[in-house]
Amino acid sequence: MFAQQAPAMSAGPAGTASSHAIQHRVSPYEDNGGTSVAIAGEDYAIIAADTRQSEGYLINSRYAPKAFQLSESSVVSCCGFYGDATALVTYLKQQMEIYQFNHDKPMPTPALAQLLSITLYRKRFFPYYVHNILAGLDAEGKGCIYNYDPVGSFERYKYQASGSGVALIQPFLDNMVGFKNTSLQDNPPFLPLDKALQLVKDAFTSATERDIYTGDQVEIFIITRDGVRKETYDLKKD
Amino acid sequence: MDYFPLNWGKPRATGDEHNWLATPGMAGAHARRADMSPTCYAPAGPTSHTSSPIVTGTSVVALKYKDGIMMATDCLASYGSLARFRDVERMVPVGNSTVVGASGDISDFQYIQHQLKDLEIDEYETPDGHHLGPENVFGYLHRVMYARRSKMDFLWNTLVVGGLQDGKKYLGCVDMRGVTYSASTIATGYGAYIAQPLLRKAVEGREDTLPEEEARKLLNKVMQVLFYRDARSLNKIQVTTVNASGVHISEPYSLPTEWGFAENIRGYGAAQN
Repeated sequence: MFAQQAPAMSAGPAGTASSHAIQHRVSPYEDNGGTSVAIAGEDYAIIAADTRQSEGYLINSRYAPKAFQLSESSVVSCCGFYGDATALVTYLKQQMEIYQFNHDKPMPTPALAQLLSITLYRKRFFPYYVHNILAGLDAEGKGCIYNYDPVGSFERYKYQASGSGVALIQPFLDNMVGFKNTSLQDNPPFLPLDKALQLVKDAFTSATERDIYTGDQVEIFIITRDGVRKETYDLKKD
Repeated sequence: MDYFPLNWGKPRATGDEHNWLATPGMAGAHARRADMSPTCYAPAGPTSHTSSPIVTGTSVVALKYKDGIMMATDCLASYGSLARFRDVERMVPVGNSTVVGASGDISDFQYIQHQLKDLEIDEYETPDGHHLGPENVFGYLHRVMYARRSKMDFLWNTLVVGGLQDGKKYLGCVDMRGVTYSASTIATGYGAYIAQPLLRKAVEGREDTLPEEEARKLLNKVMQVLFYRDARSLNKIQVTTVNASGVHISEPYSLPTEWGFAENIRGYGAAQN
């Protein structure tokens, strides 16, 4: 979205159309690639992200995590420009600490969801180039997933993918988790944790095959009322 | 005459030479741009930002080995295609367990060195028992690079920070946009294409067993390959070792190179065959 935007920098008076050479500024953004997947269940939420960091055809690192645990009940994944991802997560962690001091309790996931939205919108005119997914448990203990665009528009979903592999994974989730276009689509059955976990692993191995920016390793966070558990799996390194 | 130094060499639309009210830096500078692009992207006043690097250093390579980390850089600062300054030190120690290496604009790196000096002074003057380690220095540089990028006033460098933090080996890289990563082998610039595959093959999985001599030989070989293939490199290099006994930056030394193969190639060499 922001990749090639080089505003015309004319030396002419501001407000008039430029009629001579345009200087091209360096972009403050970079696409570091990577994919994330999240599924919300009856009493759990799973969120996973691969760990490859790329720059064009280069691999910067095979282990640069994109999913960050923010509390005992919330995990956020940030795909896109890694510089903004780390800055955003640092800010969220600071705000959560302040919330704890002000309210004498950890920040619940729905509150964090709103905070993330306004944080992103505050930079509406120089955005955080990140696609976030926030996973956790709602007030009733049910799993919840919130999907964001780079400027803070968000909505709660039952399952969502983001990042460079989104186009490969989202349709798969629509069919296997949402049961879309199957005979069960009007009354989708309850998806147990172990089945959802298997689907997430399969989603990543499939995306790794075809998306050059996805691979190396995937970190899967499983959030239940007992806390957050992390599992790591290897992916193909090519 | 146009008294704005920053307008010199910037020809403006004809007929407007005398419209001094509309020059950048005057009242109209914050007006909405014709193409509605965000005004935040362009500086309004006579401030000038680094838009392209001038005097530059090429690759930095680094790896983890058995007792710590090693880093290597060549001693060249290029002025475009001119090999201008051939005795430049592109690695500096910070405290006694960290080394910072830089590629990119040398003037920006000199500014960073100044900032690091201030950091060391503050650390020395605060007798809290803590000592700056590579992770601390890296965190500081990350925030500096990201902050400058967010003001659209880049420090045109890719920095490699390495050392021992509480006995644990650390190697990190931060680029001009504030993107960070940590790995057991790091290479910037051309090194990322040419050196990184060699480093990864030799080091990955052996970070805790790779002996110092083998690591040194590997770095020398990698810098030699870079001299053969990177047209903005030099075979005069320095190698830094950070281990439990501290930060040791070697004196610059030259790498031997073999150009004899050229004799056998038709069209090159003295023999006309």
